[in-house]
Amino acid sequence: MSGHSNWPEWIYVGVVIVLLAYVGAEAWNVERLVDRAPAEAEVIKVIGQQWFWTFEHADGTKEVGELHIKKGHAYKFEITTKDVNHAFNIHDYVVLQDAVAGRINEVWFAPDKAGEFPIQCREYCGLLHYNMRGTLIVEE
Amino acid sequence: MVLELHKPRPIWQIMFSTHHTDIGLLYTITSITFFFMGGALALGIRAELFLPGTQIITDSMTFNRMFTVHGTAMIFLFLLPFASGVGNYFVPIMVRYKDMAYPKLNAVAFWMIPPAGALIWLGFADFTWYATPPYSAIRAPGPAADMWIFAQKILGVSSVLGAINFVVTILKCKHPDLPLSKIPLLAWSFLSASLIIIVAVPTFAAALVMLLTDRLGVSGFFDPARGGDPIAYQHLFWFTFHPEVYVLVIPAIGMMYEIIPRFSRKPIFSQSSGIFAFVMLSIVSFSSWAHHMYSTGMSFTEKTVFMIGTLAAVPASAMHVFNFIATMWGGRIKFATPMMWSVGGIALFFSAGAGGVANSAMPFDFITHDSYWVVGHFHLFVMGTIAFGSIGFLYYMFPYITGRMYNETWGKIHFIMSFAGTVMVFFTQHVLGLYGMPRRVYDYQPYPEYIVMNQIASVGAMIIGTSMVIWLINMIYSAGKGKEANMDDPWGLGGKYYFPYQAKTPHH
Repeated sequence: MSGHSNWPEWIYVGVVIVLLAYVGAEAWNVERLVDRAPAEAEVIKVIGQQWFWTFEHADGTKEVGELHIKKGHAYKFEITTKDVNHAFNIHDYVVLQDAVAGRINEVWFAPDKAGEFPIQCREYCGLLHYNMRGTLIVEE
Repeated sequence: MVLELHKPRPIWQIMFSTHHTDIGLLYTITSITFFFMGGALALGIRAELFLPGTQIITDSMTFNRMFTVHGTAMIFLFLLPFASGVGNYFVPIMVRYKDMAYPKLNAVAFWMIPPAGALIWLGFADFTWYATPPYSAIRAPGPAADMWIFAQKILGVSSVLGAINFVVTILKCKHPDLPLSKIPLLAWSFLSASLIIIVAVPTFAAALVMLLTDRLGVSGFFDPARGGDPIAYQHLFWFTFHPEVYVLVIPAIGMMYEIIPRFSRKPIFSQSSGIFAFVMLSIVSFSSWAHHMYSTGMSFTEKTVFMIGTLAAVPASAMHVFNFIATMWGGRIKFATPMMWSVGGIALFFSAGAGGVANSAMPFDFITHDSYWVVGHFHLFVMGTIAFGSIGFLYYMFPYITGRMYNETWGKIHFIMSFAGTVMVFFTQHVLGLYGMPRRVYDYQPYPEYIVMNQIASVGAMIIGTSMVIWLINMIYSAGKGKEANMDDPWGLGGKYYFPYQAKTPHH
């Protein structure tokens, strides 16, 4: 209490605040770069419904459960849902955005590796939520 | 008299009593009962996830109902009522008043919990503990969902009544010679947590009514087709339940403040910084609710604001950790069972907080959100910090409640097993999340990393389960047949270190 000095605690709190400020500034700086899609990104519409994903390319072709795209291009996903909320997730490329009823959410990425990557739903959406999966196929 | 089980009485005398220690006992026993019921569901969940494919639960709907009721029961029927039990025992003693301010209201608040618990357990809803629309409004099967909504409504009223009672008891009924700054930190923790409840809970109460009328089809608050917005529910929900995290954690820290100085045989390093940190936490708890919603399509500005709000909660939590370590520093520490639980709880609190800082960073959240990382992260709080603090405190209260001592060796075995199990389950789940495994899944892809880590987590859960059975046997056996406790100094700390008994019977 008042009987002794508290200066070690204030130094400690100061160090904690400096660390937090560093984390916050770093996060702000990175998020600023990834938040907005580049203008040339190709739009792919993503529609979630219980319990599968539908993809619509810019030229109007539709795919269900599988998404074929090309390496080295930027893509912007416009995500929505036909029923309940879902979350569109390609974990290997850190693509994650909720599919919210009545809204179109955007997220973008530019794949730099060819191959197959799992697509999954990350928001609980009922009976077969665990099995609401798809495949991203990145072609050369 | 305070020692209920020490002088046996017929059970209805305890049940229909309005005395604060009787209600404290009812709260404690009820919450521990629900803890074991919810724990059984957790073991079922972990057994199912031991391997990919179907193990013991044959359909995903049952699995979904299990994790929903597990979460709801552990938060609302174990952690909150347990804290109320401790508060009922100790707050009146600490402010030197004969009882709670409103004894009948106190009994009413308690007796709302059993019917709410019955609704939750008999309904067995499936829409997760945060019941997000549109799923909860249009797809979740009734009557389970409606029973869950009514149960939450009852529990919300119960906690507001309890909170008002604590605030009035502390502010208005404290002994006039006792300044607010000299009230023990455990009582301060109840003052802070109760103020948060009074401000936060009505918001969710409103959301529940809207959700119910949406389900009945008479309104469309959360239905975009009728001009509503499902995101509005998430804001209302998290405006209540992010602060609610602090409602749970603050009393647990208060319990540690009671135990750590006594078993270190030193006064608290700084009472004033403890009070400051509690008040800080209860204010900043309201600045971070939407950090649960980064991926719902928030703008960059919104995300930045809520990241800063989240980081703002950290210095106050760090001050508590500092206070604990500084109190133990140079003390003659006796590692009796309550002390071991408190120290273990602080270590896990620190780990959980460090994970939380990482999580609040916006780009990182898009890796961890709704993955097993989150499950591991908040379980380090609710299990590692809050349940550890609570269990340690129940060991500490045990002589006070029963007049007897628990078995110290088995108490230590209980702690060591639970600590090891908690590290195995929840640290592993952090890594599992980084590998991308979503939460709330009945089945997972058979990747070797997923399988190994799920198995470590499942084995850890079984270790925790076994240790809890040891605890239960220890409690029941010792309550009847344990050694008579030396009520002045049950742990032989060599001084007048057992606060509650001495406060109640000052001639000692």
